Amino acid sequence: MDAIQLIYLVPLLPLIGCLINGLARNALSKTLVGIIGSAVVFVSFCISVLIFIQVSKEGFVTQNIHYFDFIHVDKLVIPFEFQVDQLTSLFLLIITGVGFLIHVYSISYMKDETQSGFGRYFSYLNLFVFSMLILVLGGNYVIMYIGWEGVGLCSYLLIGFWFKDQANNDAGKKAFIMNRIGDVGFLLAVFWMISAFGTASYARLYNSENGIISSITAINSPAIVGITLLLFVGAIGKSAQIPLYTWLPDAMAGPTPVSALIHAATMVTAGIYMIARSNILYSLAPVTLAGVASIGLITAIVAAIIALKQNDIKKVLAYSTVSQLGYMFLGLGVGAYSAAVFHVMTHAFFKALLFLAAGSVIHAMSGEQDMTKMGGLGKKMKITYATFFIATLAIAGIPPFSGFFSKDEILSATFAQSPVLYVLALGGALLTAFYMFRALAMTFKGKFRGTAEQEHHIHESPATMTVPLVVLAILAAVGGFIGIPEVFVKNANKFDEFLSPVFAHSTAFMGMREVSHQTDLILIIVSSVLVIIVSVWAYNKFKNYAPSTVGADNAFVKAIKNKFYIDEAYYMLFVKPYRALGAFLNNIFDKKGIDGIVNGVGRSVNYGSRQLRLLQSGQVGSYLLLMVIGLLILFIIQLFTK
Amino acid sequence: MEIKWYIFLSLALFCIGIIGALTRRNSIIVFMCIELMLNSVNLLLVAFSKMHMAGMNAFSYSMASSAQIFVFFIMIVAAAEVSVGLAIIVLLYRNTRSIDINFLNRLKN
Repeated sequence: MDAIQLIYLVPLLPLIGCLINGLARNALSKTLVGIIGSAVVFVSFCISVLIFIQVSKEGFVTQNIHYFDFIHVDKLVIPFEFQVDQLTSLFLLIITGVGFLIHVYSISYMKDETQSGFGRYFSYLNLFVFSMLILVLGGNYVIMYIGWEGVGLCSYLLIGFWFKDQANNDAGKKAFIMNRIGDVGFLLAVFWMISAFGTASYARLYNSENGIISSITAINSPAIVGITLLLFVGAIGKSAQIPLYTWLPDAMAGPTPVSALIHAATMVTAGIYMIARSNILYSLAPVTLAGVASIGLITAIVAAIIALKQNDIKKVLAYSTVSQLGYMFLGLGVGAYSAAVFHVMTHAFFKALLFLAAGSVIHAMSGEQDMTKMGGLGKKMKITYATFFIATLAIAGIPPFSGFFSKDEILSATFAQSPVLYVLALGGALLTAFYMFRALAMTFKGKFRGTAEQEHHIHESPATMTVPLVVLAILAAVGGFIGIPEVFVKNANKFDEFLSPVFAHSTAFMGMREVSHQTDLILIIVSSVLVIIVSVWAYNKFKNYAPSTVGADNAFVKAIKNKFYIDEAYYMLFVKPYRALGAFLNNIFDKKGIDGIVNGVGRSVNYGSRQLRLLQSGQVGSYLLLMVIGLLILFIIQLFTK
Repeated sequence: MEIKWYIFLSLALFCIGIIGALTRRNSIIVFMCIELMLNSVNLLLVAFSKMHMAGMNAFSYSMASSAQIFVFFIMIVAAAEVSVGLAIIVLLYRNTRSIDINFLNRLKN
């Protein structure tokens, strides 16, 4: 059977799950809700596997499945279509696979919720999976935009899931508004694209034989630079890059599995997916690519620096996500599209694992997230500790764990572009190793620093939580082997080979610069050695962490602890003037201006009629007089108009 | 006699009627003034009818005769109006012991 015929089921099933769990949340038991919520995603995952098998067969050509015309106005036709190619099938696997594990994990993690809240949670989670699948399946930018907005909505709903606490609502609103700023850019880009090329379909734009873009050879033409820049603004908002990244750390207000699924593994990678999807467009605009690379690099380093001094375990992971997303953008920016997508995949494994392990820790600590109050948990939570350890090795880029391969691919592509960028990126990678081992040591090593009651409560999480951890740990450990660099084994980079049709046109156009095998080997050895040194140093430094009471922080450390005061700066620069404008419009413009006009009209009619009323005196004589005067006026008009 | 004299006479009667209706307070006088205005119009209609009769072709003949029929209509309507109007005045007198037209202002509100 042709698995691609079943592709509509992939997003449809989570939608059905969402409706069942959402509408019948008061009627279904928690167990049933959990089973339905996870099962629909699992079936989607199975279909995705079938699709993946078909896509990876020899001689597969990109398929477009047209369902109906979504918009049909005059010459503009925007069909509701799906496009299946290597990139799509890969993202399908990541979303449904990691999504399924996180659904299973959530069953235990959220068990203390009320029945209604539990149903609501799974309903949102399924809706999120549905939206994300629409985003990656869509065959044109408009369908992608539907998913793009859908995931933003679900993100808002899930960050503010515990809406009784105002801080969570504020975090949700912040995420939503910041995303909206980016979405405006995306939307404008789609409009521009339609007006410039008359279509938003990938098939018509990017087809290598007769695509519109393929016929363009001029680089940096204004329309393409404009479109790519605006699309990138959308990606900045969705993927939390400077300057719109501040929502992501706040998004940690949501339940931890949500942070793992949405704010680490899938949604935030939508921006990378979108740029990888538009790779031909970006290759035609090297100016934009340079912008993408610099924003990515700056974000990677700044977020890593902030992460150094965070004490909230989830905040560390959040800044680490921002930083890793920066690496992916750096990869895209230097034209290493498939390396960036590779990092998306490995990052999905190890970051989801880190978050879920952190969730397991938080669960054991009864909601405590402050690492200074943890310590020594490794002895009591062996599985969590082991999996967190593997994820840390992976994210730090220690060979042979998955993060090493993907990060190395990005780094060597960066070196080919410019050694200066490489040094900076390597610096960021060292920071990553440092803060991750700091988090690991502070949480799991040393002496317990919390209360005695908490210490008594610590326990390993149940199997529904640890099994996803173990599965993800295996993936995080061995996931990198599908992309082994050429240096070690010839033709072993199955990942690049698999994705190469998607990026074929760009690669041909840009003429990928590659470093020689010898240089690559040196780079790998240098970076691995440095990373291992930093990791061991950080681990030893924080192994027996004790909160120091002596010594005031110097100004730089203080700035880092306060996240460089960026939130405060945004508050001063945007929120306050905006509020002042709002107050002005409310108090002066609306109350005095608009209300004045409305009330003024009413008052003047009132006054005028009071005056006119005096004409009705009841004097028959005066009525007659007025009548005669009226007649005379009519006569005069008649006379003069003849 | 020329038509213009009829017009002058009719105009004079009409103006007398208007001035009387506007200035007098006795409702019977006002009433008479209104009748005067109606009859000035009747006079004018009859005068024009006669004028058209003199020319005498098929079209003007029908015009002329219809003008005279019109006069009869006006007289009949005026008669009906008089009967109603006088009844009102009688009632006004019964209620206010006066036929001053300004007493009618108590109809307002």
